[in-house]
Amino acid sequence: MSTSAHVLVIVLAAAVIAFIIHLVRSRRLRAKYSVLWFSIGLGLAVLAVFPDLLVWVSDLFGIGYPPATFMLLALSFLLVLALHFSWELSRLEDRTRALAEEYALLREEVEERLGQRMPDGSG
Amino acid sequence: MTNRRPLVIIPAYNEEESLPAVLKELAEQTPGYDVLVVSDGSTDRTAELARQSGVHVATLPFNLGIGGALRTGFAFAVRRGYERAVQFDADGQHDPLAVQDLLDGLDRGADMVIGSRFAEGGAVTYEVSTIRRRAMRVLQWLVKVLVRHRFTDTSSGFRAFSRPMLEYFAHSYPVEYMDSVEALVQACNAGFRVEEVPANMRGRTGGAPSTRKLKLVYYYVRLLVVLLVSTTSRSQRARRTAQRDGDAESDSESGQA
Repeated sequence: MSTSAHVLVIVLAAAVIAFIIHLVRSRRLRAKYSVLWFSIGLGLAVLAVFPDLLVWVSDLFGIGYPPATFMLLALSFLLVLALHFSWELSRLEDRTRALAEEYALLREEVEERLGQRMPDGSG
Repeated sequence: MTNRRPLVIIPAYNEEESLPAVLKELAEQTPGYDVLVVSDGSTDRTAELARQSGVHVATLPFNLGIGGALRTGFAFAVRRGYERAVQFDADGQHDPLAVQDLLDGLDRGADMVIGSRFAEGGAVTYEVSTIRRRAMRVLQWLVKVLVRHRFTDTSSGFRAFSRPMLEYFAHSYPVEYMDSVEALVQACNAGFRVEEVPANMRGRTGGAPSTRKLKLVYYYVRLLVVLLVSTTSRSQRARRTAQRDGDAESDSESGQA
């Protein structure tokens, strides 16, 4: 890898880490996700500083083309992440649903006691 | 606190056209029943009209689909101490006088009674298209394989539920589309007694069928996937059946998993 490419990759990794820090500090990223992304950022940084590491790992698994190793790792990670988000989304939907049901039952009780319909909100 | 009056649960999504007539008919022909309309995120006057006619109205803040609306109704029934509840359509295709047939099934010891359009002695008047009939056949076959019992109408939305069934479904009623088929398999697998009785059904008095064709196909495929991969394992069914045989009365507790 040429020196300029090396520098570019290091700068990019640093930028990613800086952005994650920014998100966590401004509390726009929950802690559980920040840990995940920090480890990713760190992994990227290590690879950026020591690109030979990728070659070493590739040799270990008998992969002739080191970038393929990187792609494989990245793809599997994204796949697992997407699956995790689907799971998380299902859970959130369940909770929203439960809240909506509870709301309907409570509203029914309130309306029954007041003897009139509450005005519809934003819907 | 128990309530011996049957509760009629009517899930309704934008049914202002047909609902008032349905409620009027229920009030006239079956004054002994309590009625709950679950307005499933309706954007028309469904909830308002229901409230005006003096029945209970639960208003969901957004559309959950019929499964979610039903589950809300079941939770209501459980909290208010109802012993029996009936699922009833807002579009007028169910006959109030036929509710008694379903309730009789509960009195015979069933936990869920399905009003079947195709059972012997049932409707000869109910017409469905060829494609739809085939789709229903596949479901019927699949249900038979899964629960080892042949039901003639797996997707009927005219059903009655016992107290233990209500308690079970109040938290675990399927919320995906075509909930009724999945619910049937779930109930059987959980060891509840499910029975079918013939029930005549009429044409819809208002409103449009809830879904467009292509979407229906998608939901249908989704349901097949759900049925094939999900539903409790055989061992769990065996356990539940054993539990039931051992202590039929405390069945309500085992539903609280």
